[in-house]
Order: sequence, then structure tokens, then C-alpha cells
Amino acid sequence: MVTKVNLRRRQLLIGSVAAGIAGTTAATVHDGELGAPPQTIRGVVPWQEGTADAPPGATGTGYAYFTPPEAAFIEAAVARLIPNDPVGPGAVEANVPFFLDRQLAGPFGRGDHYYLGGPWPKGTPEQGYQSRFNPAQLYRAAIAAIDKYVGANLGAATFAKLAAADQDKFLKGMESGDVKLDGGVDAKSFFAMFLQNTKEGYFSDPIYGGNKDMGAWKMIGFPGAHYNYKDWVTRHGEPVPFPPVGFKGRPGWTET
Amino acid sequence: MTTTLKPVDAVLVGCGWTGAIMGQQLCDAGLNVVALERGPWRDTPTDFATGFAQDELRYMWRHHLFQNVADDTLTIRNNVDQEALPMRHLGSFLLGTGVGSGGVHWNGQIWRFLPTDFLTKSHNEKRYGKKAVSAYDMTVQDWGVTYDELEPHYDEFDKLCGTSGKAGNLQGKIQPGGNPFEGPRANEYPNPPMQQTYGPTLFGKAAAELGRHPFPHPTGNMSQAYTNPLGAQMGACTYCGFCEKFGCGNYSKASPQTTVLPYLLQKSNFTLRTECEVLRVELTADKKRATGVTYVNSAGEEFFQPAEMVILSAYVLQNVRLLLLSGIGKPYDPKTGEGVVGKNYAYQTMSSVNVFFDDKLINPFIGAGALATVIDDFNGDNFDHGGLGFIGGAYIAGMITGGRPIEMIYTPQNTPAWGLEWKHAAAKNYLRSFSLSIHGSCMSARGNYLDLDPTYRDIHGRPMLRMTFDFTQNDHKMSDYLTDRAAEVAKAMNPREIKLNRRTGSWSVVPYQTTHNTGGAIMGDNPKNSVVNKYLQSWDVPNVFSMGAGAFPQNAGYNPTATLAALAYMSADAIKSQYLKAPGPLVRA
Repeated sequence: MVTKVNLRRRQLLIGSVAAGIAGTTAATVHDGELGAPPQTIRGVVPWQEGTADAPPGATGTGYAYFTPPEAAFIEAAVARLIPNDPVGPGAVEANVPFFLDRQLAGPFGRGDHYYLGGPWPKGTPEQGYQSRFNPAQLYRAAIAAIDKYVGANLGAATFAKLAAADQDKFLKGMESGDVKLDGGVDAKSFFAMFLQNTKEGYFSDPIYGGNKDMGAWKMIGFPGAHYNYKDWVTRHGEPVPFPPVGFKGRPGWTET
Repeated sequence: MTTTLKPVDAVLVGCGWTGAIMGQQLCDAGLNVVALERGPWRDTPTDFATGFAQDELRYMWRHHLFQNVADDTLTIRNNVDQEALPMRHLGSFLLGTGVGSGGVHWNGQIWRFLPTDFLTKSHNEKRYGKKAVSAYDMTVQDWGVTYDELEPHYDEFDKLCGTSGKAGNLQGKIQPGGNPFEGPRANEYPNPPMQQTYGPTLFGKAAAELGRHPFPHPTGNMSQAYTNPLGAQMGACTYCGFCEKFGCGNYSKASPQTTVLPYLLQKSNFTLRTECEVLRVELTADKKRATGVTYVNSAGEEFFQPAEMVILSAYVLQNVRLLLLSGIGKPYDPKTGEGVVGKNYAYQTMSSVNVFFDDKLINPFIGAGALATVIDDFNGDNFDHGGLGFIGGAYIAGMITGGRPIEMIYTPQNTPAWGLEWKHAAAKNYLRSFSLSIHGSCMSARGNYLDLDPTYRDIHGRPMLRMTFDFTQNDHKMSDYLTDRAAEVAKAMNPREIKLNRRTGSWSVVPYQTTHNTGGAIMGDNPKNSVVNKYLQSWDVPNVFSMGAGAFPQNAGYNPTATLAALAYMSADAIKSQYLKAPGPLVRA
């Protein structure tokens, strides 16, 4: 009676990774809404054994969406957003570029959860995202515009070739909106999305491809997908000794 | 082509909290009821099992359980001089969809409004003068219902949910440990309060030292196992910290799934159809009676479902839109102040104070949706507003819903948002900080309203809803005053430092604030000032009932769910005891 859509969703995700290189594919199935067939439920709770709406983790190796010049920008830029040092992993060490690639190749990149219909006036800051681009298109257009800007104004071939201090200066210019980019790209809007996505890759469950070895969780002391803290609720101020755990468990699963 | 279905006694548009409650009430009265839900079926073991429910990326940031704006959104602007543009991505509020809807991914914060909250206009006018309720173009009204009328229905919802808490006022007697400012309760909460973690405990101590009256937040997160009057069983909360914005895999959070549906779905006179979106309510030619609803399912098939009663039990924004699209009631015009549908849209005025310690491990990942110690000293009219220049207030909560790291890493004032300095601040402060939430009222005003957008259309070709909203100076003054009161408690906790996150400037759709949209289908004592009467019955089309927070004439400084649920129970009572015997207006205009 119940046709749970997770299988279709997974197929869609895998299919879209291949299609993603060419840009975007029109979504026919959305997570959650309107995608499942209509059901009439009567006289029973329609539970069916063996079904679960399991999360669609990242698969494979290498880049499926980013072109080599795009990958060069991404790897250079996320290393400035979250640099590596002994306190904790950098975004590159946490595998964030791979996470971003898989996100942009999938439903997020396609804008499955964005409304992108027109017309497209720019609007006020309070009206939020007002681009016709879906996230994958925005990244593509923004990276091209950034490298063009760097080439024309900052004396290097691409962003990746700038010195770290100059990269930081440029990123700050995008963050503040002082940098104006071509190609219909709002630099400030792109930076906000890019920083948000970078932190998502850094701190989300490792099944999505980032947060390698749960390094970001270890750095801050977050135990991850831990299910039960009942014994610790009133142990105020005591260190909770659980090492982080992800959906796929962790090395040394049986410890503590 | 539209297929006409077999008539039913009542059709419910939407199967969240109010749909489930009305379904149960009307089916128990013997009515033949069909519920139409535009989203999918969802259940605990399949859709948010403990094996994968704790997924911040998927549920919070990729909106897995939320309304998909690609299919359905609204347009937004701050004032009538602006052009409204589509909300292209969820931000300020996280709309629900699917069976259970927002009742699946809410926090479980269960509040009753204060007795004076139902008398916003008359009470404040009497105490502070006419200007206090008309300044800043405010259009506040009395509700047309009193706390005493709603009390038995609040009680019903508490028993349904198994609310965990401590009464502060039992039949007029103030109780130690509870909220001394609340209206009188007939009964103690069904379950004891939750245990408090370190942060809320520190907050409570500091607040008490300042002479405030801290108490545990009343919650639909179970402090112990509970079986409700419908026989639904819930388990004790494990404080996993993935509650708000997530479904509970542990049957520990009250939701339609955990409290009503296991009972309701067994009834032969109840039918639930999922993936069915109602396009409009159909009316007779004289527009005085609804004949049923037209809906389209995910296969693109269109149906007419005839019904004796139409219950709009979708979210506020959908209910108001359906009223406007169906021509039920006169649309509000902000220029003239005439008309009622869409009038008095309001929101919630949120701010916060972050608290940073060097010497205290807060362990913020131990959390629950409504795990907090709260003070209500500065909510509603619990304090003298003389000379303050505003009405309303907020509760202040030392609250830890969890420590989800993409959303909830607090860094001190002037910390950059990225780079080594940010990373070091995140690593240093994550375990040693938490946030006080200031949950403020929002008074209705002449320029804040809902109507149909002239430009943008949804996937069915219908005009989108247009939201015109900004915070009033009343709300800004209230929020600033309350944020200062929260800062006093924060400082009394002796932290290394605090950070004030005031509500400044115009309302923005970008940062998440809260999904407490109210008004637009407001209740009142006559058809000139309201869309529905005290039983949520349309003044214009008496066999249409509009549920939910759309009925609030303005929003109090509390979470809305218990109040909208109590209103639904009261409506159901009136339908069963009066309307079914003599269908027609329950209140004479």
C-alpha cells in the first residue's frame, strides 16, 4: 500500500550526479512534497515493514560537478574560510570541497527547494535571495566572474593564484558587498551561500562527504548523532566522555 | 475534468494539529469525515527513526520535512510602497507540510496566553489610556473569547499531549515552583517538569537572585512515559538535542502522529487522503453556503468533494489564501481600513542574549525542544508599562534545544564569521556557551496584512499570497526593553562575557526567527472587525470554519500552538452541541 519514495530519491540523486556536469536538470520529484503518489488511508496506520526514508549520502570519488578551474577556486577559497592548524582541521582537510561538489550535483544544486520563477527584480536585502540562478548555476557563474575580476584587477591569473592575504582581502570584499562582479552575480549573496555551505560541509554528518573522521565535531566537542543523554542531564559541568558518532558509527564503536 | 465524489459530513483541509483534533472530535460524534492533506503520509519509524533523525543538514538546512517553496511560496515586502517579491528560500519561518505538518517538527513549547492577552485592547486602554492601544497605527482588538472560556480546552490539549510542567496557579492558588503569573488552571500538568541541564539551571538561579520568578518551561517533550486519554503511548525524552525542526524518533514529543492519529485512523468514519491539495472552497451562487472543496492530487487528477461543513485546518497562510481565493469574506484594504480577510497579520518579535563562560561546561548538545527555565515577569501585562511607550512583552528563557553545530555555535561580539579567528572562537566557546531566548509579542498594525499577489502565481496558476509586514515601533521598544531585562539575568550568571542580539531594523525573511505567523482570519465579536466568530465560524459562510493562529487578532509573547488547539476544541464543542442540531450561525451578528 505504501510506496515510500526513498528508492526513487536515491536513483534521482545518482542520476543527477551524472547530469550535473552539464548544469541542471529539471526536478520531477521533490523531497517530501507532491512527489509521492496520492494515497487513501482508512482504518489502519499505513506502516509497512522494511521501509525507511534513509538519508541520501554522498558516493564515489573525485568531482562530479566542478570543472578543474572551479575546483581550484573552491579548494583555495574554503582553505581561507576555515584554515587548517593544530586546533582543528581546515575545510580542505575535512573534505569540504567534495561535500560541496556532491551538494551542487544533487537536489540542492538544482534548486529543488528554491522558488526560481520570474520576474526577477533585485529587491531589498530584507527580501532575501532574489536570483534566477539555482545554487549550482550561481557557483558556476560566480567562480567565473571572480576569476575574471581577479585577472582584471588584482594582477593574478585566478583567485587560487593570489597570496593568502590577498585572497582574504578579496573574500572580505565579497562579504561586505564592496566587490562588484559581472555575469549577473551578486557577490554578497554568493558569499553568504558559499560560507553557509562550507560550514555545512564542515559540521554535517560524514555521510555527506565532509567532516572527515568527524574532525570538526572532535574540535568543538560535539558527540554527533548520539541518541541518549539521560544519565548526563543533571551532571552539571562534567565533561561528557563520548567520542563523536555518525550515522555509520565510528572507529572503535565499542569503546565506552 | 473534475470527478465529483460521494458527499461527506465534513471535509478537513489539512492534517496537522487542528485537522487531527477536529477529525477526532467530529468522528467521535459520528460524522463521516474526509481529511485532505497536500503533503505525504509520515510516520515515526519510517520517516524520522532514531537511526537517522539526528541529521542537521538534511532536516534543518535542506528542509526535508518543510514546505517546498519550489511548489508553493508567497511574496513578501515590508510596506505597501515596495514591490512584493517571492520568498525564494525558507528563512525567517519554516513552514510545515505533510501529515502532522508543523506538529512534527515543532519544539513542543506549550503555553497558555494570559487572561489579559485576550483583552489586548480593552485591558490596556483601561490601564494606560486610549493612545497606548492606537499609537504606531496599531489595530489591536479583543479576541471575543476569554481565558476562562478556553481553560477547559487548554486542559484537554495538555492531557492529549501529556504536557510536562509545574502549575503556578491552581484554581486561583499560587503554587511554588510554577509560573505565578499564569491564569488559573483547573488541574496540575499531566506530567512533572523535565529535568534541567546546566545552562537553564544557572539561568534560574540568577533570575531568582534578581527577584524574578523562574519556573520550568511547560513542554510536550515527555519527562516520563505517558499514555494519553486516546490510548496513545509516549516514551520518556532522551534529551538528544534534535527536536525543533526535526521529527522525534523516540515517541517523546507530542505530535498528531504520537497523540491522535493512531486512534483516529482506526475509525471507519475517517478517511485521510494524502498528496491532495485543495484549490478552493466552492460556494453556492449567493455565496452564503459552501458546497465542498475542489482539489487536485499529485497525479494531476481533479476532484470535487461535496461536504456539509468545510473546516480549514491548514496553516495560517494557506487558510487565509483559501478564504481569499474562494471569495469568503471581504478582503482587507489597508488604505481604508475596511474589510477583514487578511487583516492584522502579525508575527513574533524575537531577540536573544548569548552567554559565554570560561569555567563552566554547558554541554549544549544535551537538549530538548522546550528544555528551558523561564521567567514570565515581563510578559503581557505582568508588569507596569507606565511611561515605557509600548504594550505587550515576552518570556525570557534560558533554553537549550540542542547544540547543532551548523546553526548553534555562538561566538563573542565582533568575532569574524570565518577564518582562523572564527574557528578558534568556535572551538573555545561551543561547550561553554548558550543562549537566552526573548520571545516577544507582536501587535497588529494597519499596514500589516495578507492579500493576493498581482504578479506571481503558484504551480496551479493561482495567485500567491502576498505578505506585507514590518515590526512596529511598539514591538521594537518592547523588544529592546525585554532584551535589557534578559541581559540583567545573563550578567547575574557571572559569565566571561555576553552578546546581545537585538531585533533591529525591518523584518527580514533571511535569518530564522520563528514559525509563529498569526492573524489574517481573525476572530472577534462582530463581522465588521473579524472573519470568524469565537467558534472560528465564518461570519459570511456559516458552514465554513477556519482553524489555527490565523484567528489571533494580534500575537502574545508566547508560542501559539496550545492556544490554537484550545480554540479548535472549543469550536468542536460548539459544532457538536449546537451546530449539528441547527446548522447556521452560532453567534448572531
